[in-house]
Amino acid sequence: MRSRKDNIFHGIDWILVLFYFVFIFLGWINIYAATISENQYDLLNFTTEYGKQLIWIGFSIPIILLILMFEAKFYEKYAVIIYVSFLALLAGLFVFGKNINGSTSWYAIGNFSLQPSEFAKAATALAIAKLVSDKMFNLKKLNTQMQALLLLFFPAILIILQPDPGSALVYGAFIFVLYREGLPFYYITVGFIALFLFVITLILGFEVTLISSLVLFICILLYFIFYRPRAFRKGWIKIIGIYLMSALFIFSVDLVFNHVFKQHHRDRFDIILGKTVDMKGVGYNTDQSVTTIASGGFFGKGFLEGERTQGNFVPEQKTDYIFTTVGEEWGFVGSAFVILLFMAFLLRIISRAEQQKAKFSRIYGYSIVAIFFMHFVINIGMVIGLVPTIGIPLPFFSYGGSALWGFTVLLFIFIRLDANKTYEW
Amino acid sequence: MKRTGLLSFLIIFIGVIFIVRLFYLQVLDNTFNTPTLNNSAVKVMYDYPERGYVFDRNGILLVANQLSYDVMVIPREVKPMDTIAFCALLKITKEEFIEKIARASRYSTRIPSTFLQQVSKDDYASLQEILYKFKGFYIQKRSLREYPKRSAANVLGYISEVNETMINNNPKYHLGELIGTAGVEKSYEEVLRGTKGVKFIQRDRFNKEIGSFKNGLYDTLPISGNDITLTIDAVLQQYGEALMANKRGGIVAIEPSTGEILAMVSMPTYDPNLMVGRDRSKNFTKLYLDSVSKPLLDRGLQAQYPPGSPFKVISALVAMQENVITTGSSIQCFGGYKYGSGKGSFMKCHCETGGAPVALNIAIYRSCNSYFANAYRKTIDKFPTPTEGVNVWGKHAESFGLGNYLDNDLSVGQKGNIPNGNLYNKIYPNGRWRSTATISNSIGQGEVLTTPIQLANMTAAIANEGFYFIPHIAKKIKGRPLDKKFTTPIYTTIDKKHFKPVIEGLFDVFENPRGTARGSRVEGLEISGKTGTSENPHGQDHSIFIAFAPKDNPKIAIAVFVENGYWGSRWAGPIATLMIEKYLTGKIGRPLIEERMLKGSIQEEYDKQLK
Repeated sequence: MRSRKDNIFHGIDWILVLFYFVFIFLGWINIYAATISENQYDLLNFTTEYGKQLIWIGFSIPIILLILMFEAKFYEKYAVIIYVSFLALLAGLFVFGKNINGSTSWYAIGNFSLQPSEFAKAATALAIAKLVSDKMFNLKKLNTQMQALLLLFFPAILIILQPDPGSALVYGAFIFVLYREGLPFYYITVGFIALFLFVITLILGFEVTLISSLVLFICILLYFIFYRPRAFRKGWIKIIGIYLMSALFIFSVDLVFNHVFKQHHRDRFDIILGKTVDMKGVGYNTDQSVTTIASGGFFGKGFLEGERTQGNFVPEQKTDYIFTTVGEEWGFVGSAFVILLFMAFLLRIISRAEQQKAKFSRIYGYSIVAIFFMHFVINIGMVIGLVPTIGIPLPFFSYGGSALWGFTVLLFIFIRLDANKTYEW
Repeated sequence: MKRTGLLSFLIIFIGVIFIVRLFYLQVLDNTFNTPTLNNSAVKVMYDYPERGYVFDRNGILLVANQLSYDVMVIPREVKPMDTIAFCALLKITKEEFIEKIARASRYSTRIPSTFLQQVSKDDYASLQEILYKFKGFYIQKRSLREYPKRSAANVLGYISEVNETMINNNPKYHLGELIGTAGVEKSYEEVLRGTKGVKFIQRDRFNKEIGSFKNGLYDTLPISGNDITLTIDAVLQQYGEALMANKRGGIVAIEPSTGEILAMVSMPTYDPNLMVGRDRSKNFTKLYLDSVSKPLLDRGLQAQYPPGSPFKVISALVAMQENVITTGSSIQCFGGYKYGSGKGSFMKCHCETGGAPVALNIAIYRSCNSYFANAYRKTIDKFPTPTEGVNVWGKHAESFGLGNYLDNDLSVGQKGNIPNGNLYNKIYPNGRWRSTATISNSIGQGEVLTTPIQLANMTAAIANEGFYFIPHIAKKIKGRPLDKKFTTPIYTTIDKKHFKPVIEGLFDVFENPRGTARGSRVEGLEISGKTGTSENPHGQDHSIFIAFAPKDNPKIAIAVFVENGYWGSRWAGPIATLMIEKYLTGKIGRPLIEERMLKGSIQEEYDKQLK
């Protein structure tokens, strides 16, 4: 304890810190490439986007130091307060928030704006860690499951109402955390089956899906009747129940898709599923980003040499589509390297989390892996045309102060907790 | 699966899927790396080179370029402005201004269209200084062809916009670019065109130009086209055109020792400057639709006529080569040649020798039909079947460049026709025909057809005593040697020794007091030639003349066709000799004949055909 009082860096995982700075560096040079224009090579011009990003990177250093200065215990102790205050901040947006691009997600202080939803992720992770690490907490029980889900539900619903459904989707990542801590596997199974049925229903239409699943169901039923008569007698209600649930779900997918979703949501799904081809309208973003990445080839065109990046062909390239710059200018080599880097980074956090003696630290670690993973899957999946257009940033790469600081806070609280892993507290 | 492993598994699983997808997009799928992809970000702009100049053999400029300034407008970018001042500047009325803007807007509001064509150089100077005040207007420089001599349109040709087929077949050309479509402009397009410069411009997604692509790394400067010196003698060409005024037909003059075309006149013709500038398409349509005088038809290359009497020379040469006649062998002619027992089997003759022995020399200068019919018949009958005979005869004739394309650097002309045995086997099935059925060939009638350039080339081959060079139009091309085929002699199948007596006969056409072209004799020049009168189904006989001079070491060989010119010595003979005189001496010693030719018109005959 003594040494840690003298040195706030004591025991921290330098490998994660290194990952952090590598990401920040790669992110910044790609933002530079995406926003630089001719006749403007002034590195320290702070009116430009890459200049501003540099300022935010600079400010993240005191944030990191501040986080490291607090005792690890502080985060556990005040988790609930932090969570509640961020809920309040999210709720406060409906009164004081500033509307940018159609969502009221910002607090504006002068010409500087902050997005509390980027920080609410860390607050929610702390709260979940606090709740689930309680010795009396058992995820096998329905009412505790409901407590956890409710805890996730509040920030998610507040963010959906901004409306920023993309950011809210990230809270779905906590299902992996809960599963790790004992949530029954069928939640995951049901989740994946639901996702699978959802996509299949959208592709084939609900009549076809319903009929083909009925055929499949009858086959399974016949199998049980003739080969496993005993199991059939015992479990026929379950089997029929599962089918009826699935049928209901298929039906409701169709209902939700066609009556609850807005047209632009439907369009985004249709583009990804190849049901509509519209390169100039709703498919423009995806088409441009995929084309831009593909044009990079194996080795890429080189730093500042990507003519599609320089020509600003990809909308929102510096934020959600920053990975297209990597793809075009650094080619397959560069983009595969970034993917591998993210994989290594996530696996590193998992391995650190698993080594935590304190349950709180482990759960928090898992939470941030799940959050980073969700951003990684949705963002890159969207950019390379595998996931519908959902605008969420790529951690450490995308332009924007709130996102950068949000991810920084998320990561360094874990680094702080991790630094104390050998101490009982 | 252990609970701890699920997330790690998913991370690796998704990561691998992403890498595979990236590999597919960036490495395997080539459809994304097609040129169209690059085109969307990079705009290509061309800088047009100046087309090469064309000179005549003595360095007289035939084709040049003139700069022209067009005022262009992009209607969308036009901002409210001082219209009155603008109109005053361009010397147009306000109504014209409104009408022009409306027309440009109808075409496109975003694409530049021509507002006012061909502003004068002086106006350009003042415009250039002040035009920046008028947004949406700019000046485009264009290089237009200019033909200072206003002659030789058929030789020089013209340029026009490339058509779609050409664009599709040749990636070098783009919409709106110019290409030589006739004459020298077409055959030496590659030389004259030059290489256009390219500028690559980086665009953003709104197609806005945001600077040069990679700082102009791939940009190139235009390279001007190369100049060409033609074999044409501009003075002779213009003189020929003047002589042919109000007549239809063609003159082709060749330098026998090189095959260089000295003049190639086609009448009626047009001022090549009509094919340039504002009224180009109107003029072209007018010329194109003139189906009576057909000014776009190059009669020197494309008109096929029965050659008539000049062709008798070939009949004689072939007969001597096949050893069926000698210079001494003679016949008698009583006003015609009876070649069969029937009443119609009689070919009239106007040689008026009255039964005196007719040998080669007299036969040529009196143009005796009977003599050549006899020689021809003997040639054909030498062989077991007339088919073989006609084939051998035809091979000899074809060796003079007749009956086939010349394969030179001019527009493709007509083949003409030298009949072969198969043709007659078709006309007379079952092979029931004999040499007499084809007897008209002997005097250049019947199935024989030639173009003026072929006949001029034949004359050159005779003048050279047995060889010729493919007649060609390019003398010197800057930066590349002349095609080898133009400097390699082509030999006829006739031995050299047979030419001497024939040339003597051709010389006597002028020199003998009874020669058919006695009246066209030029004092002090040793001209050899042959008159011709070719019958044709369309009306009055054509007047034909071939000649070369001087007799020894000839400098010029010429063929003249005057459509419906009655007989050879009436129009073609004087014209041919005037051309020779002009070329060899530079002046004319026979002003009366010259004036008659310059002013003479056969329009009356042509009008008759229309009735």
